[in-house]
Amino acid sequence: MTVARPTTLDEAVDALAAMPDAQLLAGGTDFMVEVNFGHRRPTEVVALRRVAELRSHSTDGDEIVLGANVTYSQLQTELAEALPGLAAAARTVGSPQIRNAGTIGGNVGTASPAGDTLPFLAAVEADVVLASAGGTRCLPLADFITGAKQTAILPGELISEVRFADVRGPQQFLKVGTRNAMVISIACCAMVVDIDRRRVRCAFGSVAARPLRPTEAEDFISEALDWSALDAEADAVDRFAELAAGAAEPITDHRGTAEYRRHTVKVMARRALTRSLRA
Amino acid sequence: MTADHNPGYAEAGRSQVDAAAEAEPAGFRLADESESYALRVNGRQESVKAAWLGESLLYVLRERLGLPGSKNACDQGECGSCSVFLDGTLVVSCCVLAADAVDAEVVTVEGLEPGEGLSDVQRHFLDAGAVQCGFCTPGLIVAVHDLLDRVPDANELTVREAISGNLCRCTGYGRILQAVADVQQERAGTGP
Repeated sequence: MTVARPTTLDEAVDALAAMPDAQLLAGGTDFMVEVNFGHRRPTEVVALRRVAELRSHSTDGDEIVLGANVTYSQLQTELAEALPGLAAAARTVGSPQIRNAGTIGGNVGTASPAGDTLPFLAAVEADVVLASAGGTRCLPLADFITGAKQTAILPGELISEVRFADVRGPQQFLKVGTRNAMVISIACCAMVVDIDRRRVRCAFGSVAARPLRPTEAEDFISEALDWSALDAEADAVDRFAELAAGAAEPITDHRGTAEYRRHTVKVMARRALTRSLRA
Repeated sequence: MTADHNPGYAEAGRSQVDAAAEAEPAGFRLADESESYALRVNGRQESVKAAWLGESLLYVLRERLGLPGSKNACDQGECGSCSVFLDGTLVVSCCVLAADAVDAEVVTVEGLEPGEGLSDVQRHFLDAGAVQCGFCTPGLIVAVHDLLDRVPDANELTVREAISGNLCRCTGYGRILQAVADVQQERAGTGP
C-alpha cells in the first residue's frame, strides 16, 4: 500500500497523475470505516489533509467559494452568518468529533443519498470544481452526482472546490432522524429563498438516489408567493408541500419506510416554507 | 478489534521488518509497508515499524504503541470511545489513517495529565460516580477536556451537544453532567 501526503494542490494532482486510481482521503469519516471493516482495501491513497489551498473559503463578493477541505465544524462556526442553511446542515452531521474531521469535499465526493450538505448545495445550484494535472473543470452538482454514491469524477481528478452564487434571503435546513446527534437522516430538507430573483429553491436528501429538487413545487410557489410581503396563502403552502411530496422517490430501508419518508417531505416542505415567510 | 475483523491487519505481521528512517518528513512522499513511520504521541516520538499502512490511528495506538486508553467499541466513528486530539482538534482515532498522522501532534487520554496524577476532569468523574463500566470514560474525559478548554463556562445544553458523540450505556449521563459541572466550579473557583 502506498500513501502520498501532498502539501500543495500541485503536489496532490501530480501524485494523482502518478496513481490515477488512488483513493482520495480527506476527513476519513467514511473512508476509514470502510477500511476498518474490510469493505475497502486501498492499495494507493492520496491523503489531502495537508493541502492548504483546499482549506480556504471565501464569501466576499457575489460568489461563495468553499475549499474541499473545509470541515463541518468550520461551516458551523466560521460560515454560520454567511450561509445559515449550510451551517445548520453541518451542525446535524455526526458528532463534534466527526464534524472536526469530515469535509464538504468528502460529503460531495462520497455522494451518499444521505449526505447532509448535499440538499443545500443542490438548492443553491452549486458547481463542483475538479482539479487534475491537466487543469480544472467545473460540473454542476446535479451532473456531478450521477447516482447513489456515484459521481462523474475521473481517474486523476480530485474535488478542489465547491462554488455557488451568493443568495440573499431566508435559508432553512430540517432533518428527521431518531436523535438530534449522531444520526443518518431518514429525510432532510434545505430551502433557499432567493428574494432578488424571486425564486424558492429547495432540495431533499435521503428520499431519492440523489439530492431531489422538486422543480414543479418550486415553480408553483415561486409564482404563488407574494414577494413584496414575503407571504403566501395557506392553500398555496399546502399545494407546495403536496407537490414536493409527490416528487420524492423514497425507498424503504432499515431507517424508514418509503411512506414515512414521503410524509416527512410534505411536513418539512411546509415547515421550511412557513419558517421562511414573514409571520 | 481482532486481526480477522479486518483482513488488512493480518498482513501487518507478514510484512517485512525494516529499520529504515524513523522520522518521515511531511510533504509529497510515497511510502509503502516496507517503511517505518514516526508518530508524535503525548509529546514522545514513536516509531511504527513494518505496519500495514491502512491501519487506523486507534489500532496503532492500542496494538502497536501500547496505549490502550483509547477504547475500540464501534470502529466506525459512532461511539466516541477512541477520542483523541489530533493537532489540538478533537477527533475519533478510528477514523484517522495512522500513516496520515505522521506530522501531527497526537494526545491521548494517557497524555492529558503529565506525570502520574489524574487531571481535574478525571478526578471529578471518579468523585461524582460518573464511571460505571468505564468503557466510554476515556473518550468522555478527552471530549470534556476539549470542551472546557475552549468554553470554560459552557451551559448544560452546550455540554450535552459537546458529548453527544460519546455514548455511555451505563450512567444515563446524569453523573457525567454533574462531574462536568463540578470541574467548571472548581476551575472557576466557585466550588464547595
